[in-house]
This record gives sequence, C-alpha cells and structure tokens, in this order.
Amino acid sequence: MSILVDRRTRVVVQGITGREGAFHAARCREYGTTVVGGVTPGKGGTVHDGFPVWDTVAEAVAQAGANCALIFVPPAAAADAIMEAAAAGVPLIVCITEGIPVADMVRARHFLAATGSRLIGPNCPGVITPGQAKVGIMPGHIHRPGPVGVVSRSGTLTYEVVGQLTRRGIGQSTCVGIGGDPVIGTSFVDVLRLFEEDPETEAIMLIGEIGGTAEEEAAEFIAAHVRKPVVAFVCGQTAPPGRRMGHAGAIIAGGRGTAAEKMRALEAAGATLVRNPADMGATVAKVLGR
Amino acid sequence: MRIHEYQAKALLRAWSVPVPAGEVVDTPAAARAAAERLGGRVVVKAQVHAGGRGKAGGIRLADDPAAAERAAAALLGMQLRTPQTPPAGVRVRRVLVEEAAPVVRELYLGVTLDRARATPVVMASEAGGMEIEEVAAARPEAIHREWLHPALGLAEFQARRLAFALGLRGATLAPGVALIRHLVALYLAKDCTLAEVNPLVVTAAGELRALDAKLVFDDNALFRHPDIAALRDVEEEDPLDVEASRYGLNYVKLTGDVGCMVNGAGLAMATMDLIKLAGGEPANFLDVGGGASPEQIEHAFRILASDPAVKAVFINVFGGILRCDRLAEGVIAAVRKLGLQLPVVVRMEGTNVELGKRMLAESGLPLVTADDMDEGARRAVALARGAAA
Repeated sequence: MSILVDRRTRVVVQGITGREGAFHAARCREYGTTVVGGVTPGKGGTVHDGFPVWDTVAEAVAQAGANCALIFVPPAAAADAIMEAAAAGVPLIVCITEGIPVADMVRARHFLAATGSRLIGPNCPGVITPGQAKVGIMPGHIHRPGPVGVVSRSGTLTYEVVGQLTRRGIGQSTCVGIGGDPVIGTSFVDVLRLFEEDPETEAIMLIGEIGGTAEEEAAEFIAAHVRKPVVAFVCGQTAPPGRRMGHAGAIIAGGRGTAAEKMRALEAAGATLVRNPADMGATVAKVLGR
Repeated sequence: MRIHEYQAKALLRAWSVPVPAGEVVDTPAAARAAAERLGGRVVVKAQVHAGGRGKAGGIRLADDPAAAERAAAALLGMQLRTPQTPPAGVRVRRVLVEEAAPVVRELYLGVTLDRARATPVVMASEAGGMEIEEVAAARPEAIHREWLHPALGLAEFQARRLAFALGLRGATLAPGVALIRHLVALYLAKDCTLAEVNPLVVTAAGELRALDAKLVFDDNALFRHPDIAALRDVEEEDPLDVEASRYGLNYVKLTGDVGCMVNGAGLAMATMDLIKLAGGEPANFLDVGGGASPEQIEHAFRILASDPAVKAVFINVFGGILRCDRLAEGVIAAVRKLGLQLPVVVRMEGTNVELGKRMLAESGLPLVTADDMDEGARRAVALARGAAA
C-alpha cells in the first residue's frame, strides 16, 4: 500500500505538447508510471513523443481510462485545466504549474468542492510512490520504497530529505509536495490523515515553511489523531517579515506565520522537531529505532 | 506588487470610494500651488512604499500655502526612516498635498485573502488608525469579518453588517454600504491581495473619506492588468532585487555577509537557516529555480557577488531537473568571467553529481567543495569570518 498513487494510476498529462509537459511526461514514463497520453486543446488526434494527444480530458478518461491528471498548463490557463479535469471525473489532479493568480485558485477550489476530485498543488513537485508511480517532476532515482511518508510545501527541500533517508537505507512509502502557494488543494492535514491510515507508513516527515497557518492546523491534527511518529522541520527561521521568499505563500504577514510559532505548535503537538535541516534523515532514523 | 498612496487613491476614486481632494507634486513650489488650489488647511504626505510614515515625521500639517511649501521642502529629498524601511531609509521623491478636513471618527476597513478558508475576507473595526494586527492581538472581538462567496462575492446584507459594525447609521449607512461594496469590487477587479483603508474617517460634515489607502496586487495576475503593472516604481525596490527579477531569479537582499545561491525556495530558506546555525548571517535569499540555465547561474552569481557586504559565497544545490554538471558549468564560467576573488563553497547533490564535482575540481579554480550542506554552511561562515578579520 501507499497513498494517492500506485501501479494502478493512469496518468493524462495536460499541456503535454509544451516543453515542460513533454519533458516530464517522458521522465514519468521512464520511471514506470502508466502515462496514457496527454491533452492539448486543438491538437487532438496527433501523437507527441509516442503519446496520444486528445482535445479534452473527458476523451482521455473515456478512451484510455485516465484516473489521474498531471498539469503543466501555463499559469493563465491552469485553473481552468484543473476544473476541466475535475469536470471529467478525474479523482486525482496534480498541478505543477507555478504562478497561478490567487483569485483563479479561489474559484477553482470552490469548483472542486462540488466534485469528488482531489487536487495536489499547485506550485508543487507532485507525488511519488517509489517503485510504483512518479506523478511529478522529482528526480525518481533518489527514492527507495520504504516506511517513511514525506509531506512538504517545498520541492528541492523534499529531495534533500529523501536523499538523506535513502543514503541511510531508509525508503519512502509516498512523498507528497502540497505546494508553495497561498491557496492549494490538499493540506498537511489531508495528507497526515492518509498516512495515518496507510499500513505501509511507519513514520511521517513533515516539512513546513513560513507563511499562513497550515503547520498550526497540522499540529492540532497530530495532537488529536496521529499515533505514528512525526518528525518536523520548518524552514525560514531567518526570513525577514513582509518579504516573499520565492514561494507566493512564503511570507510573514503582520507578524504572523513565523517559523518559530509553527515549530512551537508542532513540538507541543508531540512531533519530533529538527532544527538543522542536515539532521532530518538522522532524526527519522532515530524515531524508527534504526 | 505595492504602489504609492497617491496611486491607490486615484484607483479608489475611479471605483467611487471617496478620498480627500489632493495633488501629488515633486517640488516645494508645486506644493504651494496645490495648497492654494485646495484652499485652507492641508496635509503634506511623503510618498514612499513603507508604512509607519506618520511617526517618522513623513506626514505634516500646513495651515497655509507657505507652510505647505516649507513642509514639502523639508520632506522632498529626505531619507525617511521607518520600522519598515532599510536602516538607511528611503528617499522621498514625491509628496501628496491633500485637504485636511476635521475628523470625527477613525475606522478600519480592509479586504485580504483568508488562506485557511481560501476566499477573501472583509475586516471592519471601529479601532481605526491602528495596525489591524495590533487590534487583532489585543481585542480580537473589535474586528468584524465577512467572507466573500468564492463565486458570488460579497452580498448586500454582508456589506450592511460590516457598516453596522462600523457604527454607520442614519445618513452615513447607505454611503457606507456603497463604499464597502466598491472597495470589494476594486479588490476583485484588479486582483488585489490587500485593499486597506486605514483610517476610514467620518468628517465633521458627516461624510466618509478614505484618509489613507494601501493596495497590494497579486504579482501572478499582473499579466492581465497592464495598467496596474505600469504603476510599479522600481526606485522603491532594492536595485539588486530589480536586477534579479529581470532574469527570472528570486532574490531578496538581507543584511549578512554570506551570500547564498540555491535551487528551490524551501531549500534556499533552509540554507539561510543553516548559515545562521553555523554562527553566520545570510546576505541574501536567492532561488535560481528548478531548471536554471548556465546563463541564469552566471547572472545569479554576478548579482550575488555585486553586493559589497558579501564576504563568502555558499552554493547549495540539489540537482533534480537542474543537473549538477550544468550548475558547475555556470559557476565556472561566472567565476572566470568575473575574476571573482571571494571564497566560494559548493555543495551539490543529485543528478550527475560526480560529473559536476569533477568539472569543479578540474577547473583549477579555488572552489571549496563540501559533501553535505551542514559542512558547506560551516565552511562558508568560517571563510566569511576570515575575510572580515
């Protein structure tokens, strides 16, 4: 078992004829993910790098049984691509696109609420279940199957912890990048709930960052519902207030959203706190008794 | 993106939110002429992006045109230092001359995104003129909130509830409800992330006026608002930040002496934290992104090294899409081209790491390589200290 994606995942790539979409569709296929094809409106019926291309997501669902959408559509049209996938009944939508206007995501979130679809991201590296399916832009080769569930707002910092774990011979059940934007589809709490229920996951590594209150909400949920050990790191301890640190959502606004308050909340909830990001792998090893 | 108060007020006026009559000027003589046209008492306000201008002496009352000229002469060209500016302050290049009407009540009205609910929220408080964060901390019950429906916006009854919460009754109720709805309309139409009127005042004549206004726009939505994008004032930003934005780099200048270059925002923040843990101070935040080209690496390096405070550079990259050999290529080219004298510590991991390390070693350049990021941060901090001593 694992969460969100596995061998049964059948991916349709929205924006497959774009540079990023084409490149990563091929990387996902190389990893062993079933990529059934892609969607680019107006290019339906063509073949791109061996992938069939459809005009609509609904066609990819009807003709190829797609059950997961991976989105590389440019920011101005990405929220619409999310809604199209949800309207086509795709249960899992992973949006990589960075730079979507907040107002578009507010509307897309509202649209999704009336469907059964789950959105991961946007502005995220995607989801990987090592050895089964890679649905995103992460380097597949650094991952190993194993017992640690990883959930993070950041991309490369997730690769960093995965690298530290794999070097110690500790694999991962599933790694989920929830994204660095202010409005995202799936929260820490949603992923924590899935990991808590997943029999393959023995420990959880949570990587937060400044801005918003997602880590505080995660802390509340951990205290009340998570029995598995949680190791947590929050980056941005040295970030100045009022400045956006790369991610649209990484900003200390009005004195709120600091790393210190998030770390306090997570520690009080029983998570094992990592202060030095170079120690993330070692700390997970310790809580696993390795 | 932030804009000036005078620009925000022009937008409010266009959206039927009443603002005091006023003119923006850049010479004392023009301030005098503006005061003559406005007649009576005026207020002269320094136009800089930072808040906290009042306490810093950036806002002055003038009883007549001659006093307005003197106030403008004092403000124009001064380095205004507030808690929100860099330590050296920011130069005042324009002042707003406005009519000063007698004020009976000061209120707060603001629209912003509620991230947890994923929809905008309107906040209203009778405690105007104070920072809303201070009110929220001290007297949370003094703030009334109404959330927009994600698709339908703010309903009339919600605007009424906000107006009642502001104590607007009788003749001010209808104008108050209209003002609230107009501010929300502006927030939505222009993709704001903050539309704040603080204070919103009731004048002695019983009229509502937006005495101060702050609008912040979603950078990601500027592509569909060329009129708003044109309001950007690069003079208010750090020149290195502006330079970096030209090359699609995320750069934020900080106050330390260890420059850092990282791929990915989270790892970049974590790298700053590591430098601090190693006893140093980061000179900047710099995220070159997931797929940086050797040219972007070169620009990033040049920008980073052009900060005179930087005494050592720490490059921390986890190669995924950005391959380590391409990083090495960019770093080697930049160091050669710039004839860089600064010590440089490189830590890289991930795709093609062995090739990248070999390229660095064979370049003959005095680059220090580190095997993990903790070691890299410690060595960079030690080198910066050595250089400073």
